[in-house]
Amino acid sequence: MTTRIGVVTFPGSLDDRDAQRAIRLAGAEPVALWHRDKDLHQVDAVVLPGGFSYGDYLRAGAISRFSPVMETLIEQAKLGMPVLGICNGFQVLTESHLLPGAMLRNNHLHFICRDQKLRVENAATAWTSDYQAGQEISIPLKNMDGRYTADRRTIDELESEGRVVFRYLAGEDGLRNPNGSINDIAGITNAAGNVVGLMPHPEHAVEPLVGTGKTDGLPFFTSVLKQLVNV
Amino acid sequence: MTLDTVKHAEQTPDAAQPWAELGLKEDEYARIRDILGRRPTGAELAMYSVMWSEHCSYKSSKVHLKQFGEKAPESDAMLVGIGENAGVVDVGQGYAVTFKVESHNHPSYIEPYQGAATGIGGIVRDILAMGARPVAVMDPLRFGAADHPDTRRVLPGIVAGIGGYGNCLGLPNIGGEVVFDSCYQGNPLVNALCVGVMKHEDIHLAKASGAGNRVILYGARTGGDGIGGVSVLASETFDDSKPTKRPAVQVGDPFQEKLLIECTLEVFREQLVLGIQDLGGAGLSCATSELASAGSGGMRIDLDTVPLRDATLSPEEILMSESQERMCAIVEPDKVDRFLEICEKWDVIATVIGEVTDGERLEIFWHGEQVVDVPPRTVAHDGPVYQRPYARPSWQDALQADAPTAERLARPTSGEELKQTLLKVAGSPNQASKRWITDQYDRFVIGNTVLATPEDSGMIRIDEETNLGVSVATDGNGRYTKLDPYTGAQLALAEAYRNVAAGGAKPLAVSDCLNFGSPEDPDVMWQFAEATRGLADACQALGTPVTGGNVSLYNQTGDVAIHPTPVVAVLGVIDDVTRRTPIGFADEGHHLYLLGDTADELGGSAWSQVVHDHLGGLPPKVDLEREKLLAEILIAASRDGMIDAAHDLSDGGLAQALVESCLRGGRGARLIVPAELDPFVFLFSESAGRAVVAVPRSEELRFTDMCGARGLPATRIGVVDGDTLEVQGQFSVTLTELSEAHNGVIEALLG
Repeated sequence: MTTRIGVVTFPGSLDDRDAQRAIRLAGAEPVALWHRDKDLHQVDAVVLPGGFSYGDYLRAGAISRFSPVMETLIEQAKLGMPVLGICNGFQVLTESHLLPGAMLRNNHLHFICRDQKLRVENAATAWTSDYQAGQEISIPLKNMDGRYTADRRTIDELESEGRVVFRYLAGEDGLRNPNGSINDIAGITNAAGNVVGLMPHPEHAVEPLVGTGKTDGLPFFTSVLKQLVNV
Repeated sequence: MTLDTVKHAEQTPDAAQPWAELGLKEDEYARIRDILGRRPTGAELAMYSVMWSEHCSYKSSKVHLKQFGEKAPESDAMLVGIGENAGVVDVGQGYAVTFKVESHNHPSYIEPYQGAATGIGGIVRDILAMGARPVAVMDPLRFGAADHPDTRRVLPGIVAGIGGYGNCLGLPNIGGEVVFDSCYQGNPLVNALCVGVMKHEDIHLAKASGAGNRVILYGARTGGDGIGGVSVLASETFDDSKPTKRPAVQVGDPFQEKLLIECTLEVFREQLVLGIQDLGGAGLSCATSELASAGSGGMRIDLDTVPLRDATLSPEEILMSESQERMCAIVEPDKVDRFLEICEKWDVIATVIGEVTDGERLEIFWHGEQVVDVPPRTVAHDGPVYQRPYARPSWQDALQADAPTAERLARPTSGEELKQTLLKVAGSPNQASKRWITDQYDRFVIGNTVLATPEDSGMIRIDEETNLGVSVATDGNGRYTKLDPYTGAQLALAEAYRNVAAGGAKPLAVSDCLNFGSPEDPDVMWQFAEATRGLADACQALGTPVTGGNVSLYNQTGDVAIHPTPVVAVLGVIDDVTRRTPIGFADEGHHLYLLGDTADELGGSAWSQVVHDHLGGLPPKVDLEREKLLAEILIAASRDGMIDAAHDLSDGGLAQALVESCLRGGRGARLIVPAELDPFVFLFSESAGRAVVAVPRSEELRFTDMCGARGLPATRIGVVDGDTLEVQGQFSVTLTELSEAHNGVIEALLG
């Protein structure tokens, strides 16, 4: 049986088709999920894609968090279903309290789109097992509100429990932290390791032909596929 | 307040009307009275005034634009030509592509963020209205001097507006241009281009036919924003108790536009739409009159049904409002329910506001009373046409005589001077990296971006199975065009054409945005006449028809016009995007070939501007047969894997192309100056019809044989090597030095 991975489309989601393509290239079956529909249609995992859901009005992710699909998704995530939030999806996850902290506007106040070098800090989550801990990868980053923040206690907890999954690294241009995130945090996971959120876009780095010409993002999708098949 | 109904207008033939304040000339007002056989109502006057404005009617440019049709080359690729929202081109495999570039210059100077943002919104709706899914945008931009204080106000706002709107729509921004010149200080140019893709059978047109079919307005509510002339009318004729001057620049909501795109594509998919028009300039006036004019029969609209953001709007204001993110569709009665259902799914407000009639009039009602009764064609298509006087400017000869000869402008003579010149040009605002700007745009979204800035062209994959793709480049050199408008316009086309071919795509069609000063100035009108003639001739010679575009006049401050700036966009097709050719020198040992002929051509050059602040002489010569041959060679070499990198030569000449290709690929190069060329001319001449290519040694013989057989000069000038750009016997400069000179310039000035 093929593994089914859902991709939620909220009003204003932009990278939903890209996430579907990445899932397909990894060998799983992408399933389109609609924000108004509570039914997850028997998917085994879910990706919350990038974009500007509800225009990022009010706060990025703040309105999407209340959509019907999220009710079921939050329940399932707590029961262990793998969930990946990319960019706006990460923002939805923090607004839903599936992950701690929040994203502020980039410290330079500009939208930034570039190829971003990252270090994989935790290769034990549902979405990163195909990487090696300490591995350096390059995937596109593109956002306006990407500066991760949380209170000191939360940060200490994330660090001590190894829940910082990705950290920004300096690229060829020498620019290290692209937005002012605390501790250069680019992505985190929950305590169980099934929910991962990050600001950069692995779904834009799955084919050598397009985007930055790298495929460093594909292991996200093969990782979850392997875990689901092994289960 | 008395409602100015048709009946009231008949009864009060002598009522004074503010036609002059609305920008109409006395004879134009007389013509409206003549057409109607009475004085127009306030609402009718408002409609005519906006639809007969220069912006909507092209009254000054029409007589010249005709040539694009008359001289259009035979092309099997054209599916829809000039006159619709955008032209449509056949790219094979059942796909059609539509693209168009237009201006949003004046609003962007007044309110940079919203002006630029709504420029994107407008062009995207034009593309959508053809039935296509928008897949990419591009922005050709012109600003005043990079170090002028007002540029700091204008540029960051415009860039943020383009990013803020385009990024939120989910359209990759894959190219464009940024040029600084003090002539644009009071008139920045913000042109916006959009490309859309559809299947042939999905093409939609803006026309209303079939009596009884419904007119549906959907998208954002109508507000008081973007009302230009009509606020004058409303305040002077009817009611001076309410606020009159609302902001003349519209405010964009990209989230609403994203919903509008998805919703529109879904109603297209279900074949619920007979005719469609977006609401842009002149709002409902434009959409209803154009739909009715292009179709058969008339139209009846009940303005009371239009969803409003501000309940106090008058019927004139509703007709004139340029509130963004709205579309108007013609739908058969039995499909209306499904149409509204899909709109509801996407949280888009949709309202039936009228229907197609079997009459011949556009009739508009307000509270049951008729406020408009006009033949729609007289509003939309039969506007005034002017034969503006034009004459070669008295200063043109002196400008052309002031050539940048070695005697007139000092040239670098030693290797060290050449090196300093190269660094100075590569680090000047026009030639420096625009990364600080383009990094504010999302170029990855949708996942089909094969090439994007700083490549020669932007390239998008349109079919993931077959790898069919399209590419677009925009170019326009105002300095060349000032020196010789006929040649300058041709050079703009030649460069865009060359850029598309350098990436490996076959150029198919053209869209243009003609940015000029006041048509009332005979000097400017001559520039316009010459540039359109040059462009039409060149399109004919290259076999690439103009599919549509836009004219922006009155770009001037006081009596001083901007440089005439025709921005030309060329669309190309590539059967297999995996064969595309990037600009970067990525592989050691590949031989570098200079294709084409190099002459001492420095009039209007980057060197003359950066080093001497000089503009004079003649622009480079154009040889369109040569451009065609060069393009054929570049395309064949891409397709057959004979070259690994190609970069067109334009502003800054070979020197600038080498800097960009070395930095992009992270490799240096060793160059030898050909014996017959002066090193300075070799590096900085801007002769057209040239490109530099990197050829793997295994392909060298095949490549040079092909060039030889076709008669294209190909000179081996060096090899990709190391981390230094070296011109033997002259100078060498490390990639680090190049990077320091070329990068960081724009952020230092504007960041």
